[in-house]
Amino acid sequence: MTDKQKEVLKNRIATTAAWVVTILFFFPIFWMFLTSFKTEGQAIAVPPLLFFDPTIENYTLINERTDYVKHAWNSVITSVGGTALAMLIAIPSAYAMAFSPGRWTKDILLWMLSTKMLPAVGVLMPIYLISQYFGLLDTRIALVIIYSLINLPIIMMILFNYFREIPKEILEASRMDGTSTMNEITQIVMPLAWGGLASTALLSIVLLWNEAFWSIALTSGDAGTLVSLVASFSSPEGLFWAKLSAVSMLACAPIMIFGWLTQKQLVQGLTFGAVK
Amino acid sequence: MNPTLARWLQAPSIILLLIWMIVPLSMTVYFSTQRYLLQKPQLSGFIGWSNYEFFYTDPRFWPAVLNTLILVGSVLAITVFLGLAIAILIDRPFPGRGIARVMLISPFFIMPTVNALLWKNMMMDPIQGLLAVVSRFFGATPIEWLADLPLFSIILIVSWQWTPFAILIFMTSLQSQDREQMEAATLDGAGFWAKFWNLTLPHLARPISIVIMIQMIFHLSVFAEILVTTSGGPGTSSTNLTFLIYQEALFGFDVGSASAGGVFAIILANIVAYFLVKAVGKNLTV
Repeated sequence: MTDKQKEVLKNRIATTAAWVVTILFFFPIFWMFLTSFKTEGQAIAVPPLLFFDPTIENYTLINERTDYVKHAWNSVITSVGGTALAMLIAIPSAYAMAFSPGRWTKDILLWMLSTKMLPAVGVLMPIYLISQYFGLLDTRIALVIIYSLINLPIIMMILFNYFREIPKEILEASRMDGTSTMNEITQIVMPLAWGGLASTALLSIVLLWNEAFWSIALTSGDAGTLVSLVASFSSPEGLFWAKLSAVSMLACAPIMIFGWLTQKQLVQGLTFGAVK
Repeated sequence: MNPTLARWLQAPSIILLLIWMIVPLSMTVYFSTQRYLLQKPQLSGFIGWSNYEFFYTDPRFWPAVLNTLILVGSVLAITVFLGLAIAILIDRPFPGRGIARVMLISPFFIMPTVNALLWKNMMMDPIQGLLAVVSRFFGATPIEWLADLPLFSIILIVSWQWTPFAILIFMTSLQSQDREQMEAATLDGAGFWAKFWNLTLPHLARPISIVIMIQMIFHLSVFAEILVTTSGGPGTSSTNLTFLIYQEALFGFDVGSASAGGVFAIILANIVAYFLVKAVGKNLTV
């Protein structure tokens, strides 16, 4: 075998391996998608059915029996709202830390991260009682505030790393021209770190969309997100696989499609953060 | 920028996080010294260390601590190792790479509750689950995943969701690797492993620490996956500290001892965080 042939063979093997791994990883999602179009009987058939007459009955039932739109809207408001609020607080802070670091900057950042290690369950009762006191139980406002706080440390950390990559000379040049700090942030730093901002926000939205602990603990009906809608469907017997799959697809599809569509942005942003 | 302005800009995030940390934390510490049972509000008052003693001597306590550490350690090892391997595998161009990438990162977007229910029912069910069907096809006896290997099953479920996160970060970082340097190394006769150890791995040092850091934070408080699949059982075999405290608070209605447990969890998290910061902190900032 010549070297050329060896190279071709090696490439074929690597490509096959890549696809096998990909299909294995994706298969559970694909299977859930298929199951959501089966009848309950087909869903638990042994051997499992790969070919069947698809039905959308599960989806119609879920829309009749639950308030999908309300829960989806709550998920959108709380994950986007929490992210926006956290970014608003984090951008100026991370900017100041990156461009005028003090003796304590590193310690402050690590301390911030350590607050993220505070186990949510350890402060569940206090947060519950405080929310109750302010009449915020089962409201989207409570979730937006908590979501922004639980993501703030990670957002700070990532933004700090992005901002640090911006060459200081660019800022110095603009300062010579007398740019104000506000303009410096909005006109220079933010556009330069745009990819980083977008990918940070995206990561935050994904994490909040899927946040389970606070959503389940603090909402009951009005402010319930899709996570709590799915949780209410989890029958311990597992007898309703088809309906469960349908509600799961409805809960996961929006953020998954959002993730797919913004993947380029996400990758661009992350690349920017990694390039010096 | 003048230092005063810099301080003002940093103030909101620092103050908010301070409040977020101190207020509930001090309430938790306060509750932990009180007799505070939701079902018996008439019984209340200061009881000193009793809640701690009660929690510490609970036979479920040490297994829960151990399970927490095993869970975090295993998931980290699996996701970083698999994430690296897969990221390198898909770094070179191949037909359909764009689609493969989208498919590979998809599990990261799945909700923990959905993830757990999907694996529990459709994958790991000992009769109708796909894994059982596959093992019967090969003539093996299906494994009763959640009954016989509860902690391992949860490790698998969590790893399935988080490996894509590692892939995404590593894959992106690999794209910024110096191609000319790699080509030069190839021309000099460096093999795959030589290039991996001397060029790729050092290049990935920071992304690896970021992946470890972020995942550590999430896996210390794994909750939904346990609640939905095994509820910590059988026995205490898959109970982690978060879940133990949750049981104490919401099944036992004992705010006092749950708070004492919360303080234990916070101490454990801080010990882990300390070693973590020592180990990976140097790669991270300033």
